Amino acid sequence: MAAFETVIGLEVHLQLNTRTKMFCRCRNHFGDAPNTNVCPVCLGMPGSLPVINETAVRYARQAGLMLNCAVAQFSKFDRKNYFYPDLPKAYQISQYDLPLCGKGHIDVEMDGGTRRFGITRVHLEEDAGKLVHDGHGGGSLVDLNRSGTPLLEIVSEPDMRSPDEAHAYLVTLKQLMSYLDISDCNMEEGSLRCDANVSVRPAGQAAFGTKVEIKNMNSFKAVQKALAYEVRRQIAAIEAGQTIVQETRLFDANSEKTVSMRTKEQAHDYRYFPDPDLVPMTFTAAEIETLKAQLPERPAVRRERFAAQYGISAYDAGVLTAEKPLADYFEAAISAGMSGKAAANWIINNLMAELNAAHRSITDCPITPAHLAELGALIEGNVISGNIGKQIFPEMFNTGKAPEEIVNEKGLVQITDSAEIDAWVNEAIARNPDVIESLKAGKGKAAGKLVGAVMQMSKGKANPALVNERIRHILIETHGLDA
Amino acid sequence: MITRDDVAYVARLSRVQLDDADLDRFAPHLQSILSYVEKLNELDVSAVEPTAHVLPLRNVAGVDDAAPSLANEDALRSAPRTSDGFFHVPPVIE
Repeated sequence: MAAFETVIGLEVHLQLNTRTKMFCRCRNHFGDAPNTNVCPVCLGMPGSLPVINETAVRYARQAGLMLNCAVAQFSKFDRKNYFYPDLPKAYQISQYDLPLCGKGHIDVEMDGGTRRFGITRVHLEEDAGKLVHDGHGGGSLVDLNRSGTPLLEIVSEPDMRSPDEAHAYLVTLKQLMSYLDISDCNMEEGSLRCDANVSVRPAGQAAFGTKVEIKNMNSFKAVQKALAYEVRRQIAAIEAGQTIVQETRLFDANSEKTVSMRTKEQAHDYRYFPDPDLVPMTFTAAEIETLKAQLPERPAVRRERFAAQYGISAYDAGVLTAEKPLADYFEAAISAGMSGKAAANWIINNLMAELNAAHRSITDCPITPAHLAELGALIEGNVISGNIGKQIFPEMFNTGKAPEEIVNEKGLVQITDSAEIDAWVNEAIARNPDVIESLKAGKGKAAGKLVGAVMQMSKGKANPALVNERIRHILIETHGLDA
Repeated sequence: MITRDDVAYVARLSRVQLDDADLDRFAPHLQSILSYVEKLNELDVSAVEPTAHVLPLRNVAGVDDAAPSLANEDALRSAPRTSDGFFHVPPVIE
């Protein structure tokens, strides 16, 4: 059996989260009643004229810079002509030969090291409307709220050599785009969509094999599975002496297979031409430099800085920088006086668990970074123990109250009065006579039972270090043990 | 040469219905139009940048602030058929 090499290229569409549409000022908003965010422009009424959304153009150029693309100094919009009921003008305004951004690349960290995948281009276009096919009495229902919303298309080079690499590319791309906050980047909700081109060729062959396009994948895992299936299918077909047909196949999530769309074989003829309703865009080198200088710190750079600057593990730094809002939260807690290690521990071990359980995101977190830092200060200053801190954490989360307020309300301030603690220690010894016997028999660990008893009597409020110290003191002084 | 097939293809792209007689009639028409325009090919434009737009304007864009949209009933007013706030169109067969 000959060895085969897999070749994958991905085309990602991102819905931009601008307030308004690409070429009119209707709201760009998901989930409204059908045909309520529409106007003559996005309905394709004769005589209406599009006006470019300057924010969408900036977002597209920022995306290009984040992907190390050459950002164009001259760009224009073109018409892509085809008929479909979700496209009221019978053409989509897109970009053909002069996209906003040209070649770039992203570096993706894989188990075996960093892989660099090329970006072919990034361009801006408008989305189509939505068709609901199960219309009453046959036919289709058309909702044009999405018609004309800004869509960013990011095309990769055919640089990925396995479904795993394609998956890693998508994860990195999504993270980079999320850092710009230009899109919700949610594949399940359709704000990030991905089509894949895949072919196989005998190892060592320079020419690409016949490529197949796969559509209809609604998660990164689905992309990975669709590609894995398709690679197996193509290799099996070639080994059986068949030829691969260039076609579009749909991924079926239930069977985890791809199936041919079986459309009539007709080449699309989009007859692209410059849109006469829109004048070209120009950008100076200085403008591009300014935009570049304003980019947020890249996640990989931020991760390394976190590890170095705050002395946290590379793993923790990775978790904290996975999403920009979480990384911002972490640094806000530090600005509020918390140590890097404490902030990392509380966020990763406690806060993220609460957020997950409550199905909330960090941007909608009831505990402010200042409150988290205050909690750290209370523990650091021995006002409460770490255990009490963990106890009140869910209440901080549920009520949004400051930790000090909860501590005062519940009287949870740590007890550091040695006389009070001594009384509990003596009582613990009286209640547990076996402990002294065990200690006399040389079983040093038996003292732990006393610590537990004292903590219980103090309802967790006794300072644990002081409890240990007083137990030791009393055992030596009163009971003649050298514990 | 423009053939009947070319005319039929262009007619299909434009969703224009033509019968056999139309195809016969329009093939020479299109041919004569193209021959007339063909003259432009005599010019050497290899050093000329393609024209992106005939107007000398650049960078015309709007601010990303929402303006009122049409009311649903106004949006659907000229549609031949509607259902529950949607445009209702014949079934789509690819």
